[in-house]
Amino acid sequence: MNSGAARLSLWLLLTPFLLWIVLLVLVPHLQMLRVSFQVRESWDTLAWGLEQYQNFFTESYYWRTFVRTGVMSLFTTFLTLLIAFPVAWYIARLARGRARGLLFLACLIPFWASELVRTYGWMILLRESGLFSSWLQALGWADGPVEMLYNDVAVIIGLVYNGLLFMVVPLVTTLDGMDENLVEAGYDLGGNHLTVLREVVVPWAMPGIVSGCIVVFMLTLGSYLTPILMGGKDSAWFTGQIFTQFITRFNWEQGAALGVLLLVLSSLMVWLGLKLSGQSLRKVMG
Amino acid sequence: MGSRTARTSALLGSTFLAAVTFSGSLLAEELRLITWGGYAPDDVVAQFEEETGIDVKVTLSNNEDMISKLRATGGAGFDLAQPSQDRIIGVQRQFNIYKPIDFSRINTDQLQPSMVKATQDSTELDGKYYGVPSVWGTSGLIVHSSVADTVTDYTDLCDPAVAGKVSYRLKRPTLIGFAFAMGMDPFAAYNDRDEYESILAKVEGKLIDCKSNVKTYWTGGDQLLALLRTGEVTAAMAWDAGGWKLNAENPEIRFVAPDSGALGWIDTFAIPRRSENEDAAYKWINFVMQPEIAARITNASGNFTASKGADEFVRAELRDAYRASFSDQAINNIKWYPPVPPGLETLEGQVLDRVQAAN
Repeated sequence: MNSGAARLSLWLLLTPFLLWIVLLVLVPHLQMLRVSFQVRESWDTLAWGLEQYQNFFTESYYWRTFVRTGVMSLFTTFLTLLIAFPVAWYIARLARGRARGLLFLACLIPFWASELVRTYGWMILLRESGLFSSWLQALGWADGPVEMLYNDVAVIIGLVYNGLLFMVVPLVTTLDGMDENLVEAGYDLGGNHLTVLREVVVPWAMPGIVSGCIVVFMLTLGSYLTPILMGGKDSAWFTGQIFTQFITRFNWEQGAALGVLLLVLSSLMVWLGLKLSGQSLRKVMG
Repeated sequence: MGSRTARTSALLGSTFLAAVTFSGSLLAEELRLITWGGYAPDDVVAQFEEETGIDVKVTLSNNEDMISKLRATGGAGFDLAQPSQDRIIGVQRQFNIYKPIDFSRINTDQLQPSMVKATQDSTELDGKYYGVPSVWGTSGLIVHSSVADTVTDYTDLCDPAVAGKVSYRLKRPTLIGFAFAMGMDPFAAYNDRDEYESILAKVEGKLIDCKSNVKTYWTGGDQLLALLRTGEVTAAMAWDAGGWKLNAENPEIRFVAPDSGALGWIDTFAIPRRSENEDAAYKWINFVMQPEIAARITNASGNFTASKGADEFVRAELRDAYRASFSDQAINNIKWYPPVPPGLETLEGQVLDRVQAAN
């Protein structure tokens, strides 16, 4: 095959990918960037300005909601890691053969239903007239109906549940490749459980931990249904505000500005996380 | 999630129809209707398709969603829309998404003249009219009889006696309702921005104080009905039709017109600027406003229509429920929404955001 043909086939192979990136990712984002600098007056006039970005910083509820969303997402990510690590350890190191496949499947099956269905499932369990509340009453542990829905704890439960799979998979992959001898050597050199975990296992699993954390963090930050449905009256979530601006208030300009800010600020947080954990994106995603 | 299944089945139906049309004749017409749940019942659509040979493709929506969709395309994608009459002129001035109605093509004999007049007045721009009245109803209070004595006005939702058992939407009707209940007249201040802002500021304070009383802000009709059915919520600000539906299931739950007046809305027919089948749109309007057909829409949605003489075909229970909720005095006290001037909704949006974010 000569070089001309090779180049042609390369371009042909790249075309669907390029079309996808340009038409469905780049163009809409550039469009959004453009809209975010427009100042709305009437359908036949057009003015440019930074008004929408100023709003974010001067109207305290925008940035307060953003901070709240960011902090809760970080906490959710951390909690997901704590829960997913033992699960991943068991699947990767202890389970063998068929049990391993079954366990993996058990993590996967909930994701065959959509996020909406999973969220409604949790709502049925947690609501005042729901299953948990009636069990507590039947067992005599509660006098009246207990409301467990519509608070931050409920939101975090829902978010952790939604993120679990995306943490387990990269962890299993990295832990799977770890040599058993490394752990044994750690014990031979006089380490206890904690030091072996800290000095051997965690450094080895770091790329998996970081990539899992990035995925879960971004998913949580960008989730919409779970916080809105399970959070109730205090469910202020940044994506909810973007949705409201676009759909309920037809204020595309403000919505676009908030969207751009979400993109920039969340990228910044991920970059900061990579720097702090001493990882590079190439190592983590490679 | 009734709307979701309805939309899916509408989608499946239209896909099927498209396939049939494609193999059969290429001339079959299509009417793309964007409307509210219950305004285009399946049997009405089927009869229209049979009589006219026009395929109807129904998309379920609400005011904000309709405006957003039409704004995104500059008024294309749909042949007929059903926004509320107060949400037409401001939007038209800002986004130019509708075209004027040609009243010579509307069979106005079968419509109630007073409503046609009212809708024309509130949808007039540069001497042209943009709306035909179709369905009307009110927002008020749905209360359980155990708290019916406590909750007689919007602000009573903040009474400690119903703490944690209350729900309302975080949308503009709530702001308006609370303003009336607090003794102010927001409609009179529509064109006085400063005055309106001061009203909003007071309502904002009230709603933030009231937040601890609220169980959750409801966002969809099904969600609210579930909250009331289970008794988790005993008092809510909501639409009359929802209250009558619950009343049919459980007589303890009733819709009441608040002391300061129920808020009346009229949903219209409006033609998107780039409608591709205006003929079909006018045919649909004249078809569904026939008394018998309009009554079937009332039976399906629970809301009454602008069709003259439709009342006698409406289910007796619905008429009774309506009379139980509205005395003559309550009807005269209904506050009808005037057209919303542009820019007002941005102010309201900021207030609602602050209430949502407050602790």
